[in-house]
Amino acid sequence: MLGTSVFTNYEEVTAVILFAIGFSTLLLHKNLIRKIIGMNIMDTAIYLFLASKGYISGRAAPIITNGVMETEAYINPVPSGLVLTGIVVSVSVTALMLSLTIRLYRRYHTLNLDEIAILSRKGGK
Amino acid sequence: MSRQRKNYEETKQYHFLQWLFGKEDYLNGHIEMKEEEEEEIIEDTAQFSDEVQRKRIYERLYNLDKNREMKFFNKIYAVVSVLFCLCFIGIMLLAVSYLPRFGEASNPDNNEVSERYIEKGQEETGAVNIVTGMILDYRAFDTFGESNVLFIAACCVTILLRTDYSKKSKEQKKILRAQNEDRNYEPKNDVILQKVAFFLVPLILIFGIYVILNGHLSPGGGFSGGAIMGAGLILYLNAYGFAKTERFFTSKTYKVITVGALSFYCLAKSYSFFTGANHLHSIISAGTPGKIISAGLILPLNICVGLVVTCTMYSFYALFRKGGY
Repeated sequence: MLGTSVFTNYEEVTAVILFAIGFSTLLLHKNLIRKIIGMNIMDTAIYLFLASKGYISGRAAPIITNGVMETEAYINPVPSGLVLTGIVVSVSVTALMLSLTIRLYRRYHTLNLDEIAILSRKGGK
Repeated sequence: MSRQRKNYEETKQYHFLQWLFGKEDYLNGHIEMKEEEEEEIIEDTAQFSDEVQRKRIYERLYNLDKNREMKFFNKIYAVVSVLFCLCFIGIMLLAVSYLPRFGEASNPDNNEVSERYIEKGQEETGAVNIVTGMILDYRAFDTFGESNVLFIAACCVTILLRTDYSKKSKEQKKILRAQNEDRNYEPKNDVILQKVAFFLVPLILIFGIYVILNGHLSPGGGFSGGAIMGAGLILYLNAYGFAKTERFFTSKTYKVITVGALSFYCLAKSYSFFTGANHLHSIISAGTPGKIISAGLILPLNICVGLVVTCTMYSFYALFRKGGY
């Protein structure tokens, strides 16, 4: 049932497992800061996956050296650009989530999501 | 003449200039910027018993130590989420196992797009670094969107965390000021940190500038160089406190630099795309690849992106720490 390349694509396998670790952190922990850390682990898994998709063994980074401009000399530059986009978006999203967490903490004086939910219901809203 | 003047003070341009130079907040009173106020529980005598009863029900319902159903649900939830994650790993591993082998040149993602970027990239953009040539020339509007994402995130954090002194009563102001002063004085007298920062901050800033300016020649570019410079500024702030950084970096500086850089980026790239699409003669030439002043618009655009990232990183930190600049 399994395909052949599960034992050769270590990078992709690692990315999948990292993603699941991040996702389970997101699901299992009640603390908001830990949820944000889980989200960042998921982001990292995506970068690893994209970077491994662009890699071609034995080739150099896509910066032209000694005027060599053949496709056979360099790795694929497109996933590198995509990873850059991902990093920027992840930084912005993390900052936004952290500031929302600060506001929640100022109001409810706890980071536990369950307690926040109970307190907000008890407040009658 | 005098009538014109009077009219001028009501025009939008006048308000815009006032806002730009930090004299007046144009949005004041137009958008909601209120701090949260403590809510008062209004006790309605007619509904009082009802309220008490409801409160009791809630107490019983949400007492996590005694509520058996809640405990049971939490256990089930944990088990189901672990199972879900395991299933997820299984399905994704199945998908990965049918992917092409890692690191082979014949993989379907190494198609004519990347071929074209590598073969024609230097000729068309003038950049030695193909990735920079790709993200700041072929896909420049994508990078413009990224810079805007950063800017909008900084705006959202400002809305959420800014402490507005002007709308508080005197006592509240006093408390806030006292809290902030605590935070101001806290790291100021750390001699070790100050001595280290005295040597490190200039080096970090120069390294950041180097990475930004060499974005089209070597690894790096606006985003990484901006992050390095932002880190240097944060180190400076930690060592010497807000009193020193506020001499050169306030919210006004942030506004002017970020909006200016983003508008320059937008206008410059619009010009380049317009002339390129209509086969007009463009005054921007690719130059000699490998020289520091070459690659057309890539160097100025890298500087713009670097400025935006630097200011955004620093303002994130300042807002999280103090709620202002």
